[in-house]
Amino acid sequence: MNNWKIFANGLLKENPTFTLLLGMCPTLGVTSSAGNGLGMGLATTFVLVMSNMVIALVKDFIPDKVRIPAFVVIIATFVSVVEMSMQAYLPSLFASLGLFIPLIVVNCIVLGRAEAFASKNNPFRSILDGLGMGLGFSMALTLLGSVREFLGSGKIFSLAIYPEDYGMLVFVLAPGAFLALGFLIAIINKLKAA
Amino acid sequence: MAKTESTLVNMLLTLLVIAVISGASLGYVYKLTKAPIEQAKAAKQQAAIKDVVPEFDNDPLAEAKTLQSEDGLELKMFPAKKAGELVGVAVETLTNNGFSGEIRIMVGMQPDGTIINYRVLDHKETPGLGSKMEEWFRPQAPKADATADQETSFAKWLYGIKASGGGNRSIVGMNPGKNKMIVSKDGGEVDAITAATISSRAFLDAVVRAYKTYAKEANLSTDAVSGATTKEGGKNYE
Amino acid sequence: MTYALIVISAIFVNNVVLAQFLGICPFLGVSKRISTAIGMTGAVTFVMIIATLMTFLLQKLVLEPFEITYLQTISFILVIAALVQLVEIILKKISPPLYQALGVFLPLITTNCAILGVAIMVIQKNYNLVESVVFAGATALGFGLALITFAGIREQLDLVDLPKGMSGTPIALVVSGLLALAFMGFAGLV
Repeated sequence: MNNWKIFANGLLKENPTFTLLLGMCPTLGVTSSAGNGLGMGLATTFVLVMSNMVIALVKDFIPDKVRIPAFVVIIATFVSVVEMSMQAYLPSLFASLGLFIPLIVVNCIVLGRAEAFASKNNPFRSILDGLGMGLGFSMALTLLGSVREFLGSGKIFSLAIYPEDYGMLVFVLAPGAFLALGFLIAIINKLKAA
Repeated sequence: MAKTESTLVNMLLTLLVIAVISGASLGYVYKLTKAPIEQAKAAKQQAAIKDVVPEFDNDPLAEAKTLQSEDGLELKMFPAKKAGELVGVAVETLTNNGFSGEIRIMVGMQPDGTIINYRVLDHKETPGLGSKMEEWFRPQAPKADATADQETSFAKWLYGIKASGGGNRSIVGMNPGKNKMIVSKDGGEVDAITAATISSRAFLDAVVRAYKTYAKEANLSTDAVSGATTKEGGKNYE
Repeated sequence: MTYALIVISAIFVNNVVLAQFLGICPFLGVSKRISTAIGMTGAVTFVMIIATLMTFLLQKLVLEPFEITYLQTISFILVIAALVQLVEIILKKISPPLYQALGVFLPLITTNCAILGVAIMVIQKNYNLVESVVFAGATALGFGLALITFAGIREQLDLVDLPKGMSGTPIALVVSGLLALAFMGFAGLV
């Protein structure tokens, strides 16, 4: 597999959200607006790239039996770094993402990529894989966030497209997250089959 | 390079080394971000004070005073002065009666306790319902009114609840010393947020607590808040 | 807040799955049969209550006194991971039937974000020890209610003729959406 393929893999073919159905909690939880979705996606991308890189670097030193706890500690470290930096420099984004930032730790994508890719490949390839997966995840979250924000409040990235009065509030609330994601995946399935 | 064997010593040693390195690096990042985090918080506080009191030329943060409410909560009072004259006070108040967790509000009052404006600093109420308190209790501009009707019409359809029509939901211009600042459902003068009565009660609880604590400090009357049935002042709001 | 209010709001109004989006992976993953849904609920309830108790004590007795709350995320996840392992070992020894019922679900629980989510939430909400445990138990029941209801619907869905693109996950998500809409009605309860 050449490097470009590793990168593009996460973007489309094995998109973590639309194809692998990983990391559903933040996908549904923070996508009430496109901006939130993008912020969450980029935070996860950072954790993915950094933890993939470090795990690929130290994988030979870690005995097999304590592999998973070691990975979890490394991932949790980067999550805490993101948490504190965001609190310091992007306090309003931190307030709206809230609980879901520490929960990046249990996002199956991060541990999944560490186990499936970074523990078997060299650092450079692992970074590419993390970047591809992370950006694929960000793209999916931004898309879902845009759809919900557009249908719910008539805006995309807080830019008014049509008057808010005609928005369907349900798409900003909890049920809309499930409905929007369900139909998005259905459309993507349909496009793939065609 | 050969893979490290899974012996007990190796396992413990690896985990220990990883834990120490991550703990140390986190401590370092914590030190780095501590000051910016506090700055961000102070900036937010300052912006909120500016939002809720008239123009001032002193430094309210420097003249801040920590007060104890009747039920033992800690409130912060920021006096706003122009040319040495007190033009308003901002009180950072809180309540634990919210639907989920603490609600913190910055309430701006004239020296006599009449509410000028407020800003919700922090809350964990349900998005789309309780979270509406950020705007709900302000006067309704004509355009905002249309939006509000749109929002409540969803609730109307969903719950079959009558959307608030001619009631009053703005607390601006009210004075907790003169007005009965509890939700209309409980016999007060303020309409609760549709389908979020608990959040509304908690919000008003925090506002009244701000007034009571400030009034005690400034020796104002607290008749109406302490449950007196007579209303001394008329409605001094639209 | 009274205990009754905590319980009602955690089970119905702020349902952990349908309103807060925690624990979606097991919600979509092990909801194909009612029997597995019940097993998962048991395991989650068990672990969630113990985990919340442990992390609460850790926070109050270690992290806060030593002012190292920035280690919260990392220490909580380690406690939960270790706890799940421990529960598995102990259960195997003392109660084989219970282990048989819950065993297969235990490893899945470490990555159930509802567990870590609840542990962090009780700290954020300033609950005391009893409130925290009540909240954890009620949240787990809410998880169970959503999961078992959903599994019941999905068993019926197997028999339904669906458009090709909609079958599988998409229809499951749409059904969850409708379920979430129904649960929103509970908001009028309080």
